[in-house]
Amino acid sequence: MVTEALLDVSDLRAGYGDAEVLRGIDLKVDFGEIVAVLGSNGVGKSTLNRTISGILRARTGAIRFDGVAIEREKPAAIVARGLIQVPEGRRIFPNLTVAENLDLGSYRRGTERRAANRDRVFAIFPRLAARRMQRAGTLSGGEQQMLAIGRGLMAEPRLLILDEPSLGLSPLLVEELFALIGRIHGEGVAVLLVEQNVVQSLEIAGRAYILAEGQCVMSGPSADIAANPELKRAYLGL
Amino acid sequence: MLSPLILLSAVINGLMTGAVYALVALGLTLIYGVLHIINFAHGALLSAALFAAFLAWQKLGLDPYIAAFALAPLFFALGYALQRFVIGPASHADDRNMLLVTLGLAVLIENGLLYEFHADTRTVELAYGFKSIDLGFTFVAVSRLISFVAVFAVALVLWLIMTLTDTGKAIRAVAREKLGAELSGIEVAHIYAVTFGLGTACVAIAACLLIPNYYANPSAGNAFVLIAFTIVVLGGMGSVPGALIGGLVIGVVESLGGFFFGESLGQVGIFLIFIVVLLVRPRGLFGASA
Repeated sequence: MVTEALLDVSDLRAGYGDAEVLRGIDLKVDFGEIVAVLGSNGVGKSTLNRTISGILRARTGAIRFDGVAIEREKPAAIVARGLIQVPEGRRIFPNLTVAENLDLGSYRRGTERRAANRDRVFAIFPRLAARRMQRAGTLSGGEQQMLAIGRGLMAEPRLLILDEPSLGLSPLLVEELFALIGRIHGEGVAVLLVEQNVVQSLEIAGRAYILAEGQCVMSGPSADIAANPELKRAYLGL
Repeated sequence: MLSPLILLSAVINGLMTGAVYALVALGLTLIYGVLHIINFAHGALLSAALFAAFLAWQKLGLDPYIAAFALAPLFFALGYALQRFVIGPASHADDRNMLLVTLGLAVLIENGLLYEFHADTRTVELAYGFKSIDLGFTFVAVSRLISFVAVFAVALVLWLIMTLTDTGKAIRAVAREKLGAELSGIEVAHIYAVTFGLGTACVAIAACLLIPNYYANPSAGNAFVLIAFTIVVLGGMGSVPGALIGGLVIGVVESLGGFFFGESLGQVGIFLIFIVVLLVRPRGLFGASA
């Protein structure tokens, strides 16, 4: 018997109106794995995430999470299963305090262990602890990214999707961010890392997929992709 | 020579009236702040609630202040169901459609009331209806004093819900960041409906507070909602403290306007303020800058 992957996306098609953005995507994430999804702007990376999280309805194809078909489920039900997305642009609640943002991270899942998980998040991000009563909208960009990830961790993710987490961060903060991703992974959480930051993503991920025009043009161990200069030039602009 | 005591009594009267205005406005601003629509059914729902309070008194012998404890949850459920099963599905997530659906609902409710009860005006008679407290320089009707206190109790309860419960936090979250809310497992359709329910419950309580001094008829609610719109604009669209303070201000302006220019011109001051606010500070007293 072949053991099933944690996330198994097959022949996924989705889009907006007449435009088909995802044109048959196949992708797998195993338990405890970091997988990178790379590709330049507009190839459908965010659309893929929105479809996996149930924000956008898949047109055809299957999404299985831990053996269960979720492509017809609502976002809240998908969150309840432990598939948590930290979206592009952070999407924190600017009018709520840092502590309230974290509370809502455990709105659907991990509610009983909220206090313990909050302590854990504050231990990872001491800067958030210092600003717990501050409105989230007043935080710096880096702090907001930490809060977005912290909010995701409050839901005790089994798979954490990070959509462009390094966008707009200073190089120093990007270093910090990738160290953090390693740490989350070290705790047994599978990570689907969707990034434009190719070099660092390939360093941390075990495997990677390269998307172009809504299709997966290449996938394999990160080391192989990193060692293929032609590929990087063609699809990743390096 | 104008006696300051007479003026003070006009102000006190205005505050009493303004508190109930504030409660109607609170419901309106809550719905606007989260769903970003102006609920055109608010007035019709207030008329319906006035009838409900009247019927509770006539058929069941319930004192309106007691009936409030039953009508508030009942109207919460009604508002929840309207948003979840009628307004939401009918508008296909388009705010402009939502607006039109509430307008349609208003027409339906108002004409339903007209069909059932005709255009007659109905009042309740309560033993304490004309009781008042002597403050030395003026009299304050007991029922109006009760309304004043009740409105602040309702505002306090609402504030506690909004700050202490997960649902309250989710309401505030959805108001500003729908996608972030959905990805946190918050069902936006549910939160919309809860908000609409809370706004409708405010209207039910306002009706119970109004009916001892007021009347029920199929369009009775409209007068209040017009004023409530002004309050919402004055206080800042979507701002709860703005609605409270705006309501009191408008109540006092109306009372003083009536005092100086005669009863029939009392409301002119309200709309003068409305125009001045729109000209000078369009985001209102407590509104967030655009």
